[in-house]
Amino acid sequence: MILLQLFAAFARVGVLTFGGGYAMIPMLEREIVDRHGWATSEELMDYYAVGQCTPGVIAVNTATFIGCKTAGNIGGVVATLGVVFPSFVIITVIAGIIRSFSDIPAVRSAFAGIRVCVCVLIFNSVIKLWKSAVKDKAALLLCLLVFVLGVFFNISPIVFVLFCAAAGILFTRLGVRGK
Amino acid sequence: MKLLLTLFFEFFKTGLFAVGGGMATLPFLYDMSARHPDWFTTAQLADMIAVSESTPGPIGVNMATYVGFRTAGVLGGLITTLGLVAPSVIIILIVARVLKQFRENKYVDAAFYGLRPCSVGLIAAAGVLVVKIALFDFDAYALSGSLSDLFKVKALILAAVLLVLTRAVKATKKLHPIFFIVGSAAVGVLFSF
Repeated sequence: MILLQLFAAFARVGVLTFGGGYAMIPMLEREIVDRHGWATSEELMDYYAVGQCTPGVIAVNTATFIGCKTAGNIGGVVATLGVVFPSFVIITVIAGIIRSFSDIPAVRSAFAGIRVCVCVLIFNSVIKLWKSAVKDKAALLLCLLVFVLGVFFNISPIVFVLFCAAAGILFTRLGVRGK
Repeated sequence: MKLLLTLFFEFFKTGLFAVGGGMATLPFLYDMSARHPDWFTTAQLADMIAVSESTPGPIGVNMATYVGFRTAGVLGGLITTLGLVAPSVIIILIVARVLKQFRENKYVDAAFYGLRPCSVGLIAAAGVLVVKIALFDFDAYALSGSLSDLFKVKALILAAVLLVLTRAVKATKKLHPIFFIVGSAAVGVLFSF
């Protein structure tokens, strides 16, 4: 029964969250803390912090965490399936519709306009992330290095991720962090 | 069958290495479109971002489902979504057992100190690629050699207006992205972009 509740609770979180990330915190509070009492607010914040410090989609990480704490490994899997289920259904329907309309000239114009908006949205999220991620000179150096190499060379992002994780450890050991 | 396996593997890699949520999957999708040009183009990827931002659910998951569906139908969407979340599930199930040690581990902390700026740099670099197709026309410029063909003037004006509305005007700053996306679609149709 608990598994069904987990699936339903996380499906509700998935369907009510636009954009993922921080947007899902109020929904999680309501479902997990207020409604089911599966975790306290502090625990939720801890899970969320870990979700951010592990690879993958933050919403999925948090869902797996709470599911696992509530009902073991199978709970983690069920909560994850719950949080991605609405996305899967909604996107499949929309992708099907767009595919059959994308040859209409007006639809093409609409998407050309939308692409301009996407540029601005990406720019805004870069600014937001920049504020929390780049706080000292060493971080600034890493960020600019990745940006420049990323723009001018065709290098897999995996290379950058591994390199920067190593650089983070090295910089911390050398004591250049925070300066 | 081979296509489905490749899709699963590609999104498994994305789920394993994309750190920081949301747009963090974007650079991996760009890399993917470069290596699998038959899956989706850069322009289609920009459309996917818009669809993912305007529908409920985590953006990374939305993008995975969308790419999978475009490439290999409903089954493709299912495979990519599962591929994306599989590394998360495995890692979190392990971390959940050693939560305290993990959070206080100085190597984990130091690695993330380097990973956060990396994520910003990667997303910004992917953003430049969207800017190149949305605001400029390098193909027309290469053909004519005239600078006036390089800039998409209407698109640049729209970008400037959106920038002001999303960053400077108090009344519109906090609006959900879907309003700007729908508005930009309307402008695109009205002024035939």
